[in-house]
Amino acid sequence: MFLDLFYGLRDEGIPVAIQEWQAFLSALEQGLHGSSLLRFYHLGRACLVKSETYFDAYDRVFQRVFKGVEGALGDDVTNAVLEWLKNPENFPDLTPEQMAELQKLSSDELMRKFLETLAEQTERHDGGDRWVGTGGKSPYGHGGQHPSGIRVGGPSKSRSAMKVAEERRFRDYRTDLTLDLRQMKVALRRMRQLTRRGVQTELDLDETIDETCKNAGEIELVFRAPRRNDVRLLLLMDVGGTMDPHYEPVSQLLTALHEERGLRDFQAYYFHNCVYDHVYSAARMLRIDEVPTGDVLRRLDERWKVAIVGDAAMHPAELMEPNGNIDPRRSAPTTGIAWLHRIATHFDRAVWINPEPASEWDFTQTTRVVRRLFPMFHLSVDGLASAVQALVGARQ
Amino acid sequence: MSENGNFKRFEGTPGYIVSGPLVDAVNCAIALERPLLLKGEPGTGKTVLAKHVADGLGMPMLSWHIKSTTKAADGLYVYDTVQRLNDSRFGTGTVSDIRSYIKMGPLGRSFGAEERHVLLIDEIDKADLEFPNDLLRELDEMRFTVVETGDEVAARQRPVVLITSNNEKELPDAFLRRCIFHYIEFPDPALMRKIVDVHHPHLDTKLLDQVLIKFYWLREQNELRKKPSTSELVDWISALLRSGVSQSQIESHIPFLGALLKKEQDVDALQKYDQKSGRYPTKWADLGPRYNQ
Repeated sequence: MFLDLFYGLRDEGIPVAIQEWQAFLSALEQGLHGSSLLRFYHLGRACLVKSETYFDAYDRVFQRVFKGVEGALGDDVTNAVLEWLKNPENFPDLTPEQMAELQKLSSDELMRKFLETLAEQTERHDGGDRWVGTGGKSPYGHGGQHPSGIRVGGPSKSRSAMKVAEERRFRDYRTDLTLDLRQMKVALRRMRQLTRRGVQTELDLDETIDETCKNAGEIELVFRAPRRNDVRLLLLMDVGGTMDPHYEPVSQLLTALHEERGLRDFQAYYFHNCVYDHVYSAARMLRIDEVPTGDVLRRLDERWKVAIVGDAAMHPAELMEPNGNIDPRRSAPTTGIAWLHRIATHFDRAVWINPEPASEWDFTQTTRVVRRLFPMFHLSVDGLASAVQALVGARQ
Repeated sequence: MSENGNFKRFEGTPGYIVSGPLVDAVNCAIALERPLLLKGEPGTGKTVLAKHVADGLGMPMLSWHIKSTTKAADGLYVYDTVQRLNDSRFGTGTVSDIRSYIKMGPLGRSFGAEERHVLLIDEIDKADLEFPNDLLRELDEMRFTVVETGDEVAARQRPVVLITSNNEKELPDAFLRRCIFHYIEFPDPALMRKIVDVHHPHLDTKLLDQVLIKFYWLREQNELRKKPSTSELVDWISALLRSGVSQSQIESHIPFLGALLKKEQDVDALQKYDQKSGRYPTKWADLGPRYNQ
């Protein structure tokens, strides 16, 4: 059973090695878990899991492996859930009809359906969808708040390990799902190529000693330039239309980039759906903000890194045909795909960051076309890290 | 390694409220003689913990605050070459004795000490990406060699090492593998009451309720760029107490917002909410299911 935990964790992609396992075992040997499952749970987590982003996976594995270990748990939880379901105060959103329907169901049936629904929602959540709270029609659907909201099994003081694991409070820390500003900054921090240039302010000790020796002991101080980041980033952002639902992560990305002072240079331009003759220096995209795309390409040399943020979903004509711009007043003979191609070939490294999940990419024709020009990454912590790697890392 | 269960345990101190899992993690790190890596939101008391672990165990403490320019070798020792060069030029000092130019860093001092120390390595993520990797062997074996003299410094007593990280950089896997990890969760209202009680004893219960409701409500607002933390709550309560704000005043609005919110946009957002005559919660029930058990 213990080994199941170890391999279960590895299957979930948590980097657990023998070394950590041994630490865990020797902690158990010393009786640090005090023969309580809850402390065993915490002890295991402290020894085996080294990042809060894996806590959720640990909870899931722990739940799977040790389900049923706590004999007393079964009845307790069932009763608690039933109590909860019976209390109409827990369903403020229910209409009288729904309430009647709820009461019609026998308690066993209700329980079964409730558990089914809970299981289902967990799985769907794992699939990466955003979890919508109230279901509306079904009585058990209202159970679809966060399980910790329900508090299955009484007050938090006497929580058992199973319940703690079941609560899965660390869901929000999973890196493949959520993005907050801080995490985004962590991902962007890797965007750096260190070089020495600029004012020489740092004492170069080795050189100083060498020079001093050559100078027959007369001290000769040698200075050098401190290491600086040499990455220059051009950001092109799709705004409006289909990008509106992604406002939040995209604006966070922009904030993170603006606050990332490590970059040597940073420029951002906006476009709508696709890049044509002009890009815009502000998101309002007025005439006054127009900057010819050709000028941008002339001004910035191939060493600039390019990140294009957009869903790449548009009408095929917008991408492939002359005068494709969705705004007819701004139409121009050069096709969008030609501009994208120019960007892809002009710059040494360019990536496309897509806020849509990767599973959706194949369903849009234009996304498939764009993917042939740019390596595409999802706008999540993991995706961003790979995008940064593609921009500054060693070539594969 | 110590005998079964036969080591000095950390039980918490009166001045610092710890959760059960954290006590277990600290004891686990002490028993296994591995570094304890602490992560958590800013203001959850990661750094303060080290001081209280030291107090609780009755050990002296050494701290090593990491900056972006800190190098791993600085923690072990620094060889003051420029001083030696200068001395040799002007014939002062004891140039021939290289040892007098070697200054031990916090790690070196904790190894060399007679007594077992608590060593805090604060904000390890501030340093260069490679920094933790450079310390692997030293933390593992608790010994290092002074290259210039060939002296070996080995820990007589393995120090209790606490490492804090604000998650600004990923730490390398090899380093993580050697640590015990604990993530300090944000305290729930019950724990928060105890924490506030340590700093502001005998606070009126009703007033505290209002304060905490406002505080947790603010934290629930996802639009905020920087959520207020425990230390800010404690400051805010001090401000409230000194100005003698009454309970009813806190019910209707949030005074001294500057103590809680530190970003201009956040303050603006709340002022807008105020102008639109937005309501503030006054009961725990207004906060949603997470706070109503």
